[in-house]
This record gives sequence, structure tokens and C-alpha cells, in this order.
Amino acid sequence: MTTWIAIGVTAVGCYLVKLLGLSVPAGVLERPLVRRLAALLPVALLAALTAQQTFSEGRHLLLDARAAGLGAAALALVLRAPFLVVVAVAVVVTAGVRAL
Amino acid sequence: MHDVPEQIDIRTESAAPPADSAVVRDALGVGVAVGLSGFAFGVTSAGAGLGVLQTCALSLLVFTGASQFALVGALAAGGNPFTAAAGAFFLGVRNTFYGLRLSGLLGLPRAVRPLAAHWVIDETSAVALAQPDRRTARLGFTVTGLTLYVLWNLTTLIGALGASALGDTDAWGLDAAGPAVFLALLAPMLSGTVERAVAGLGVLLLLLCQPLLPAGVPVLVAALAAPAVLTVRGYMSRGTEPGERR
Repeated sequence: MTTWIAIGVTAVGCYLVKLLGLSVPAGVLERPLVRRLAALLPVALLAALTAQQTFSEGRHLLLDARAAGLGAAALALVLRAPFLVVVAVAVVVTAGVRAL
Repeated sequence: MHDVPEQIDIRTESAAPPADSAVVRDALGVGVAVGLSGFAFGVTSAGAGLGVLQTCALSLLVFTGASQFALVGALAAGGNPFTAAAGAFFLGVRNTFYGLRLSGLLGLPRAVRPLAAHWVIDETSAVALAQPDRRTARLGFTVTGLTLYVLWNLTTLIGALGASALGDTDAWGLDAAGPAVFLALLAPMLSGTVERAVAGLGVLLLLLCQPLLPAGVPVLVAALAAPAVLTVRGYMSRGTEPGERR
């Protein structure tokens, strides 16, 4: 049940912010500081989420096969690999290191 | 022009309006590439303990990938539904700003807006905003949105069903798919010093908070890296803003 609550809240929230952008007259949210913050918020969140799902298990920090997988993904990104290849590289390398 | 459409930045500078076929090809390329990563989401979500119905509901109703990955990750970590949803919500806020830029370009009638809104995401915005005029922008937005919506939901279903057939998804390294998606979305945003500082501080805050705070909260604390860096920067300089892409 709690999972459905989370899904419902997320769905409504994410839809409303999308609709807000299309509905609000331009200029209301177009202040430089607001724009700047909105551009940087995903940077902070994505960086934190990457670190969390790579280096933690519950409340414990740890270094395991995922770190190798993400390292390989980072390399693929530097080499300008397409999105799917980046994800596939992370999965394959993580599985490979675990199988060692 | 360019034969490999990148997932975010597919813009090419061209003086003449592109042919419809070029717009459609770009849109299909982005739609197919990202739509397929719905498979990774389906598997990740099922691996996180969500049912097939719950997983598909997320792709149908939330339809913004990073938020979906964030939510299932937070739920898997045992976060309460509201902190988990908050992280996903804050990631979705960027779509508001895409909408602001799109509304002028697309010039949608009032009745269409609630429908079009559901498709206002990274990829549709990237394709539409790269078009020089309203007609091609509408075409790009619609083709990308439709392709992506159909494929994302289809591959989510296949991934969710496939995960149970795979058994222990961790053994297949599929727990690395979520963070790899985040990293791939993050990489093109790290163009400037400010962005890199925000990302670095975000990681630092997360790693400091993770052992100390309840599940879901560390990510929200890490989000404070954005206003923190902006504040510090405001004190330090009033120099020119680096060009921002998103």
C-alpha cells in the first residue's frame, strides 16, 4: 500500500509540474535566479543518486562491483558512447566483476 | 547531417528549416534509443520489489525516467513513501522549465495543453527546442513523444516480466543500470565549473548523510548543494554566467 501511495504522489506531483510549465505565462518563473536554481537542482540530485546507488547498501557505504561498472560507464561517456551503450557497459562490467 | 542522434543534444546548426523527414528521423532516433532503456527501468523496478502492475503504472503515469528510477531506488532502500516521492518530485521540477520554453514555441491551444503536458520531458524538449519554427517543433515534439511513450511503456512491461525470469537481478549486474542512467543524464550537464561544484558537493553531502539519516533523506539534503553553491558564488563574484544549455 505504501508503494501505491508513493506512486500516486509522484505521478500527481510530476504531472502538475509539467502542466505548470505549459500553463504559466512566461516571465513568472523566468527570473535568472529561479532558472539557475532549476538548472542546478537536477545536477545535485543526479550526482547524489549516482553516488548513493553505486556506493551504498542501506545505510552502509561500500565499494563493490557496481563501482567498477560505473567506472566503465564513465569511461564510455567520455568516449561519447550512446545512452544505451553506457547503461549496457555498466551492467556487463558489474556482472563480470561479480562473477570473478 | 548527423547519423547518430545523441540522447540529449541532437541540435545541429542549420540556416534552412530542416525537411520533415529529417525532423522525424531525429525524433525517432531519440525515441527509440531512450525508449529501450525502459527495459532497464522495468528490470530495476522489479528488482527493487515493485510488482509488474506498479512498475507499469509508474511508466504510464509518471513518465519521466530519472524520477522513476529515483523513486524505486528510494523505496528499495526502505524510505517512507513521502520522502521517496519528494526526491522523485524535485527531479521532475526541471520539466516545468522545459514547459515554459516550449509553450511559446509550440503555441498549443488551451484544450491540448493537459495532454501535451504529460510528454514534456528531457528528450521531447531537446528535439522540439532544436527546431527553427513552430511547425517542425510541433512535429518533432509529437513524434518523439509518441515514440517514446509507446516504447518506454512497452519495454517497461517486458523488463518487469523479464526480471522475474532472470531470478537474482543483482547477479546480472542489473543493479548498476539505475546509477548508470543517472550518470548518463548527468554527464552532459557538467559543462561548467558551477555545475561541477554542485555535483561534487552533492556527492559529498550524500556520502556524509547516508550512514546517519533515514532512507530518502540524504538525497534531499544533497539537493541543497544547488542553492549552497549559488549562494557562495553570489558572494564570490559577479562575473559573467557561463552559457547554460538546460
